[in-house]
Amino acid sequence: MAMNGLYIDYEYCTGCHSCEIACRNEMELGINDFGIKVLEDKPRQNPDGAWHWDYIAYPTELCDLCTERVEAGGIPACVMHCQAKVLYYGTLDELTAQMESKGSKGAIFIP
Amino acid sequence: MIDMNKVASDVLAATPKQGPSENMTPWKTQNGDETIFRTCAWSPPGCHPVGCGLRVHVKDGVIQKIEGDPEHPITRGSLCPRCLALKEYIYHPDRIVHPMKRKREDRGKDTWEVCSWDEATDLVANAANEIREKYGPETIAVFGGTGREANNWYPQWANLVFGTPNSIYAQPGWSCYGPRMTNTAFMMGGGYPEIDYACKFPLRYDDPRFVAPEVVLVWGKEPLRSNPDGLYGHALIEMARRFGTKIICVDPRVTWLATRSAEHLQVQPGTDTALAMAFIYVLAHDDLVDHDFIEGWTYGYDELIERVQDMPPSRAAEICKIPEEQIWRAARLFGNAKPSSVAWGLATDENTNGAQLGMCLVALMCITGFLDAPGGTTLGMGDDQGNVVRDGGAISADEKVDDGTDSTLELALKNGIMSPETWFTKRIGTDKYPCVGSVMWTAQPDEFLKACETGKPYKMHMCQFVSSNPISCIAGEPQRWWKALREMDFNFACDLFMNPVIMACCDVFLPVASTIEHDGMVVTHYGLNSSFYGAENKCAQVGECKSDIEIMRMVGKKTFPDFWNRFDTDEDYNNFHVLRSWLPWETLRSNVVTMSDEDYFKYKTGMLRPDHQPGFPTQTGRVELYSYAYANFEEDPLPYFEPCAYGPITMPEMMKEEYPFTLTTGSRRQEFFHSEHKQVPSLRQISPFPEIDINPADAEKYDIENGDWVEITSPYGHVRQKARVVPTMKPGVVHAMHAFWYPEEEAAEPNLMGAWKSNINMLMPTSVNAKSGFGNTFKSMICNIKKVEDNHDTNHPDKHGIILERSRQAEFDYQQTWRPTDTPVVDPIPYDEIISTPDTPLIDNIVK
Repeated sequence: MAMNGLYIDYEYCTGCHSCEIACRNEMELGINDFGIKVLEDKPRQNPDGAWHWDYIAYPTELCDLCTERVEAGGIPACVMHCQAKVLYYGTLDELTAQMESKGSKGAIFIP
Repeated sequence: MIDMNKVASDVLAATPKQGPSENMTPWKTQNGDETIFRTCAWSPPGCHPVGCGLRVHVKDGVIQKIEGDPEHPITRGSLCPRCLALKEYIYHPDRIVHPMKRKREDRGKDTWEVCSWDEATDLVANAANEIREKYGPETIAVFGGTGREANNWYPQWANLVFGTPNSIYAQPGWSCYGPRMTNTAFMMGGGYPEIDYACKFPLRYDDPRFVAPEVVLVWGKEPLRSNPDGLYGHALIEMARRFGTKIICVDPRVTWLATRSAEHLQVQPGTDTALAMAFIYVLAHDDLVDHDFIEGWTYGYDELIERVQDMPPSRAAEICKIPEEQIWRAARLFGNAKPSSVAWGLATDENTNGAQLGMCLVALMCITGFLDAPGGTTLGMGDDQGNVVRDGGAISADEKVDDGTDSTLELALKNGIMSPETWFTKRIGTDKYPCVGSVMWTAQPDEFLKACETGKPYKMHMCQFVSSNPISCIAGEPQRWWKALREMDFNFACDLFMNPVIMACCDVFLPVASTIEHDGMVVTHYGLNSSFYGAENKCAQVGECKSDIEIMRMVGKKTFPDFWNRFDTDEDYNNFHVLRSWLPWETLRSNVVTMSDEDYFKYKTGMLRPDHQPGFPTQTGRVELYSYAYANFEEDPLPYFEPCAYGPITMPEMMKEEYPFTLTTGSRRQEFFHSEHKQVPSLRQISPFPEIDINPADAEKYDIENGDWVEITSPYGHVRQKARVVPTMKPGVVHAMHAFWYPEEEAAEPNLMGAWKSNINMLMPTSVNAKSGFGNTFKSMICNIKKVEDNHDTNHPDKHGIILERSRQAEFDYQQTWRPTDTPVVDPIPYDEIISTPDTPLIDNIVK
């Protein structure tokens, strides 16, 4: 069976934290637990003066890729609630193809 | 003035509305022992009317899970943290779910007692009836906050339950949305302009009519965090990713959105009118305008261009402290885009030069030819949910109420709840500021505070707070408000949690149902530019909480029974006064989302004017770039630049040592809606403390490190917040979080939930308004900062005595030269004269 994962287009992750809370609700986790976490590479200026400031959401070991939701025909809670719609769920082949077609600032995670 | 409500209802009745297709999930389904409701969110908890789609899972009357609704055409399953944490809010142990009372002499003490609804509403109605009888209905005031659903209710409470004209939005200069509404009403006569993101079409981006904006000019706005005022902010990201839409961002901070923008103009706060004038200069200079549109549909273009000749990019660059070549480049990017769109933000309002900024931004929406064009800036038809004060032409005491589109004011007048004389002569501050009075249905807030303090023109006796916590949030000089409000004979609040204004000032607490605990309707932009009509479906009952409408009905039956007895249920009232006649409640509910499906170019097809002729509902029938309406209020009909009251241009001496920083505030965070949500664990975790953003060079100079507590001081007061040292701040400028208080702390006075510790509006004056009565200093104030050990200074006025009197402002000579004096600018028209000319609409009469 093909392995599944999450692809994030982190050029456009806005750092809104929706995925964290959606995950916590879905997995009934405690307030200090995260199945997915938004990390921030804080703002700074590149040598050419352009601003760098990235957020990236990555799944932790608590993530089970929402097996139950997926089996019921849904998609993972973080993917559905993502406001920027930059999270994608699929097989690694599908995600790689998607990442390649975008061509920049992408990452695929397997929790 | 044009009867926009009538126009809207005529047009909307003739326009087919788009309900959902057959195969959508019904609004209510059963899955085993769980009921799943589809609903659209508004408030409480506070939010703008974005109407995000929710699916609420309920079992045995208890909410199990709240998630996004993938079938919602705008949000498509997405939700922001506030709705995702809604269950924590609804079942929070501190939530108040029974009515409560407290003795008047116990104000400030935590001695609340639970009582019955009947007793609580008796206390309110008896106090109101007695005060109305003894002192007049106008001595009762009703406070509302910004953006939230209670915006619908507070004028209705005032006009229809108590018969007073004095509803109050306590922010200095009514500086949220009001000024932009005024610019829109005066120059275009329409509802509200918003960027086009295919938000009205059932097929969204796939609708063949839609063209994506090539460039969106985002001005003084952070839509990803604020979603104002119904704009789904992340649509910008969708369009950037899907269509390559470019963003030009004007903001004194480098926001995350700015880092994804083609151009970011990091202006000195409060100077952006100069920049907007320079944009127009460039567009004219390079001839990047649509002459056909200008010729056919605008008035005063030549005068506008002549006016901006004294603001070339070279001068604006100096004023705004940005490179001249960037202004040329950004304006050219905007001018060459086909189509281009403009998103104007709160910074337009919170500026004493903001009306003029708004005039320029309206011009930028229009002279490119993309007003109400695909991918441009759409213009709403102003279907106003019955709240906006209309022309008054239909007002007649003997007319029966048989028209569901009557405005709140008309209902109050027709039913004898409020007399025309009370409305036209007792609304505080509208004699001095008729411009505010003509567009807003409230009193002018700064003048209202003075009236409370001085008893002139009359003494106030009773206040109500409808989901509004002014002393922790929108009020400037909040300790003056606190002192004035404590003096009232009777105060009460409709809310969900205890807050500083209730603890300090109120005698009765009426617990309100949240957005998923009541039936209702949410329409983007309060109906002024409707993307869709969303049903708020009741999913559960919590404690004894009641909807705002039910509470109004309960009290209304005890104050004006003849009017209120006709409504047996919320549905009766919703059908009568909240919904439009073409969309009965049952249809709204079962559709869940009814797309407005409004087409483009409404000005060409006669959909904006009551006579159904092409054009705009203005005096000239065109977009008035030269504004007769502003001229009527003795304001310049063309935009001009005036430096803000507090800033480097006007106060160079004071900014040398005493107050060396420009302070800007009010930017939104995803986790809070203004003063709300501070007690919700998942949200407070994201921002446990208020933060002041400081540039690293400034921080080093003041020996401040990231995470240090900082005392921030202006001539009006001082508070403490934690330093966030970030290179994204412009040097010399700091940004402080607004509306922070500590619900977890001691509630009783003097601590008052830490009300005086971190509320940045302690540093903001009242009564620093533009000539119109709009505008304030929230986006440009002066301040100093220093490192301190903690936030433990309670800042209580009894300890520090920092309540400021108006005379304090005399220190600022400059301000005194332009600020309107305390004598009315224009003499109010005697009431006899108003009623002696029945053929002229009353509002027009009062205006001219």
